[in-house]
Formats: sequence, structure tokens, C-alpha cells
Amino acid sequence: MPALPLDEAGKYVAGAYVVFVVLLAVYVAIMAAKLQRIERELRELARFAEQRNGERERERVTTDV
Amino acid sequence: MYGKGLRTLSIATVAALAAALSLIFFYAPLDADQGFIQKIFYLHVPLSIVALLGFVAGGVYAILHLRSGERRWDAYSYVCIHLSVIFAVGVLITGSIWAKASWGHWWVWDEPTLVSFLIVFLLYATYYPFRYAIEDPERQARYASVFAVTAGAFVPLNFLAVRLAESLVHPRVFATTAGGLPGSMMLAFLVSIAAMALLWVTLVKLELTAKSASGQLKRLRRALDAPAPGAPSRVAPEV
Repeated sequence: MPALPLDEAGKYVAGAYVVFVVLLAVYVAIMAAKLQRIERELRELARFAEQRNGERERERVTTDV
Repeated sequence: MYGKGLRTLSIATVAALAAALSLIFFYAPLDADQGFIQKIFYLHVPLSIVALLGFVAGGVYAILHLRSGERRWDAYSYVCIHLSVIFAVGVLITGSIWAKASWGHWWVWDEPTLVSFLIVFLLYATYYPFRYAIEDPERQARYASVFAVTAGAFVPLNFLAVRLAESLVHPRVFATTAGGLPGSMMLAFLVSIAAMALLWVTLVKLELTAKSASGQLKRLRRALDAPAPGAPSRVAPEV
């Protein structure tokens, strides 16, 4: 086949590069969602640990009294 | 631990990708035969080379896992294969676009390079159902490693078989006879390969970092005897 004219070839070239960028963007978005979930769980865990420490502290004070 | 150097690597990747794109569109000359459409070559071929090498790397890490029994090698193997499958999707789509533009067809079944790559892709597409069909994490890791080693050995064999095939419809990059890439095109091509390899390494490191953080979180939850969060995730390898 003869070489396509620039205006027609441009659409194919742009299409190929856009596919690559979209693929990359989807992957990065999924990874960002995963990291957000980890961050949220970490926050919950920190709250849980603080809550438990508070309860232990209260128990200790009650026993001392 | 895995996140160390990720920022530097990311910056290097962005710089390499920018350099590659500049060379592709502003330095490398138009191909005499294919014209502007040949610019897809600088994306399609580096993607395929990195994807295939990634599959082999997955096999190498699987060997390390089988030899040592350390779970982290299994996670490395899993992440390498995962990223290479994603790159392979890119190879198939960009290849189809290139084929349509230069041959007039989205797919050509009698072209060994295309069909062999599709076979490799389909082979690795079965890795996930195969892996997640096994519930016991130890057995899952062991069987997945055996799969990764076998499939990883198939990749270079497949490449050799295609090279030995007679069809010359698919363009050869490093021709042994006269007519290989001229210097300026070769420079753009090599920089593109380096950029794609850097991108692959960065994404592997990013995914390993996320897996490591997830694993540490689970350990912390167990140590604190905290209630498990929402829905349980599938048994994916952890670092």
C-alpha cells in the first residue's frame, strides 16, 4: 500500500498514542484508588489503636482508685 | 522499603518519555516507504520488547521463588507478569491500528509475528484464573511460579520460531541484510526503548510499594487484633 497522506495518517498515529496514554492513565487511577484505600484503612487502624489505649488508661485509673 | 527511589525513578521516566517523544516527532525523519504512519513503530515495538522481557523477568523471579521459597519473589514475579500483560494489551491495540493504516486490515492471521504475540498474550491471560483458582496461598504461589517459569521459557522460543519463519510482511527492525534503520531513526528507537523500560520498572516499583504497604497494614491489623475491613480481597501475593 502507498503511504497515507499526513492528515489521514495523523489520525492513526494520534489514535495509537492516545491508546497508550489512556492505558497508562487507567492503571495509575487504579493504583491511586488502591493507595487511597490503604491510607483510609491505616487511619481507621490508628483510631482503633488510640481508642483501645484510651480504654486501657481508663481501666488503669479505675483500678488505682 | 520498596518506595525508596520511586520519586527519582518517576522523574527519570518522565524525562526519558519526553526525550523519546521529542526525538520521534521532531528529530527522526519520515519513513520513505510508510511516511508519517511509521511513527507508531517507536511506540509499538518498544512496548512489545519490554512486555516480552517482562514476561521473562517474571519467569526468572519465579525460579528464585521456587529455589528459596521466599514469598517476595513470587510477588515480584506476579507484578512483572501483571505489568507485562498490560503492556501487551497496548502492543495488540497499537499494532492493530498500525496494521489498519499500512495494510488496510486490523488483523492479519497469516503473519507469524502477530499470531505468535497473540498466543503469548493469551497464554499469560490464563495466569490470573489459574492463580486465583487455588485458595491455599502456598500452593497458589508454587503453582503460579511453575506456570511463570514454563511460560517465560516459551517466550524466547516463540521469538526464535518467528525469526526463523519465512514471511517478511512484518517489518524487521534489526535487519541482518542492508536496509536496517538509519542512525537518526535508530537513536529515536533506542531512546524509546529506554523510556519504555524505565516506565515499566517505575510501575513495577509502584505496584510493589502498594503491595508492601497493604501487607504491612494486614500485619499491623493482626498485631492489634483489630476487626477486618469490609469485603475480603482475593488472595493476591503480598510482599
